Amino acid sequence: MSAAHAFLQRLGERFSDEPTWVTARRQAGAARFEALGFPTKRDEAWKYTDVRRIAEGEFALTDDAELSASRFEALSMPLDAYRLVFVDGVFSTALSDVEALPEGISIEPLTTAMRTNHEAIGGAIGRLAGVDFSPFTALNVALSEEGAVVRIGQGVVVDKPIYVVFASRANEAPRMSHPRVLVMAGARSQATVIEHYAGETGAANFTNVVSEVMLERGAIVDHYKLQEASSEDLHVASIHVEQACDSRFTSFNLNLGGALVRTDLVTDLNAQGAEANYNGLFFVQGRQHVDNHTLVNHNAPQTFSNENYKGILNDRARGVFNGKVIVKRDSQQIEAYQNNANLLLSDRAEIDTKPELEIYADDVKCSHGTTTGQLDEEAVFALRTRGIDEQMARGLLTLAFAGEVMDQVRLPAIAERVERAVAGKLPERFNLADLVEVSDALQEA
Amino acid sequence: MLEVKDLHVTVEGSEILKGLSLTINPGEVHALMGPNGAGKSTLSAVIAGKDGYEVTSGQILFEGQDLLEMEIEERALAGILLGFQYPVEIPGVKNIYLLKAALNAQREARGEKELPAPEFMKLVREKLSFMKMDGSFLQRAVNEGFSGGEKKRNEILQMLVLQPKLAMLDEIDSGLDIDAMKIVAEGVNSLRSQDRAILMVTHYQRLLEHIVPDHVHVLVDGRIVKSGDKNLAHELETRGYEWVLEESVA
Repeated sequence: MSAAHAFLQRLGERFSDEPTWVTARRQAGAARFEALGFPTKRDEAWKYTDVRRIAEGEFALTDDAELSASRFEALSMPLDAYRLVFVDGVFSTALSDVEALPEGISIEPLTTAMRTNHEAIGGAIGRLAGVDFSPFTALNVALSEEGAVVRIGQGVVVDKPIYVVFASRANEAPRMSHPRVLVMAGARSQATVIEHYAGETGAANFTNVVSEVMLERGAIVDHYKLQEASSEDLHVASIHVEQACDSRFTSFNLNLGGALVRTDLVTDLNAQGAEANYNGLFFVQGRQHVDNHTLVNHNAPQTFSNENYKGILNDRARGVFNGKVIVKRDSQQIEAYQNNANLLLSDRAEIDTKPELEIYADDVKCSHGTTTGQLDEEAVFALRTRGIDEQMARGLLTLAFAGEVMDQVRLPAIAERVERAVAGKLPERFNLADLVEVSDALQEA
Repeated sequence: MLEVKDLHVTVEGSEILKGLSLTINPGEVHALMGPNGAGKSTLSAVIAGKDGYEVTSGQILFEGQDLLEMEIEERALAGILLGFQYPVEIPGVKNIYLLKAALNAQREARGEKELPAPEFMKLVREKLSFMKMDGSFLQRAVNEGFSGGEKKRNEILQMLVLQPKLAMLDEIDSGLDIDAMKIVAEGVNSLRSQDRAILMVTHYQRLLEHIVPDHVHVLVDGRIVKSGDKNLAHELETRGYEWVLEESVA
């Protein structure tokens, strides 16, 4: 019996009384997952990431969304936003806030959307990420129950961020969830969507999410994935984006937590003028493992992509960056830039980084670069000669390294949270928040 | 304040300082001169605590404390500040962060509270304008993309904010045009006081017209071979270093 088969067997009869078409979909997902099996190090895309902790884990699906307001507040950001909250994958009406939505915006849990808008949603779900992308997307299709569906009408500019929180509780036994996120941005619409994965201390759950984002002509979407899972949580995410002409998609893939984290980010630039910006930052320590695989498909002429990923690794943490750009035949006059820089704070931390360019057109502007290094010891010395202790000096320089990505973040609450997460490892006695205040005061003056 | 006693220092196996002795008292301004390779910069690097310099014998006392036993930052907190010949660029760290963190560290070491943001800003702005620097400097990353003159002014700005007991200036005049030199010199001169000392390391007499020293020392081949007052610097300018060496050998 394969590990994949055993994994599904453990679920028993959970999905017995569903509509036939849903059952058929699950069966397709399950069959594909069993055929593919859990990836191993022999699979090129999983060469550096060992998923045995997932394959051998025993995870139960969840039925309740109980989480007190105070526990939720401890995990989430106090944003002025439209909010959908899922607790171990289960929708929480109590913690969500999607009242008073303006005209032209729909934000719903997947189950509601499927019930009330089956026509519009049924076909879109799985169109960009079906059973074939990876064993985990197949597994998601087999087991997905809930998720977030966001639809923005033509020309609608959403006035507040759309904040989707996936909370992972410290349960008695490990749970798993396979959420879906679907964002459909109509022509010339504008929205900011935040997927926030937050884990309670001691949580040891498995999240396997698939997100699909569709941008019609001229749509502008800022997509934040803020991953703050607990140090025992296992997290696999697959984000798939489709862009029509003149649309602009900006991704912030910010990874701070998790024991084992894998994110795939794929964008199809399907028509002239489409632009994708990938900003990534990961900060890992202990024995954390974070793997980012990104892919941009330049499927049409005059499309643009710009990618900047930065990694900070401490202790025995391990990182993987694989950034691929494919320029299709006849996709002329495209521009694709990619950069990956990593900072190793410990001798035992490790990063495997690989940029890949496949170019089948001849009139293109492409570049890629990758650097891995330690903190500049001369800069550490220079700061110490000013009386700044060594830990603080290293902290300041680490924060500075992350700064280039963080400067792009347009939501101050997120920038501050990430900055604090990175700087929070600094000794308390120098209050960086206070420094930020000084800096702000100065800019106002 | 500072006592350097028979200091021997090797760098990568070769002896650079060969028995250097120097005493600096509060209120004094000293200039250490000498030809290239004499070991001028080595002395300031050893005092600041830079890696790669091995003290094989001798002693450095700062206000009676054994300096060589102190961490780099402890030396700074004790009141020693080095103005670098080549200030390092620190991308991503804003000047204002550096100044605030450094001043906080000092105040904490003295058992004082953090300076509140408005007072801190007032202090920094005052020093900025003294150094004829624009407010935008504070938001820029430390020395990143600064011209040679801007970097040197930035070093002095840090000194004006941190008010060290002993300010060491390593070739602070290199790469400065005459206007920048005047501004830097004014900054340094404003630090002169009864209880502060300044040690300038320089190759040229030019700087000493703007910052007039009380004592001039000539460093040749790892040792101070001659000391005098400011007139010694003039003599060196006209006669070069050779005669000092000959005199010391004889």
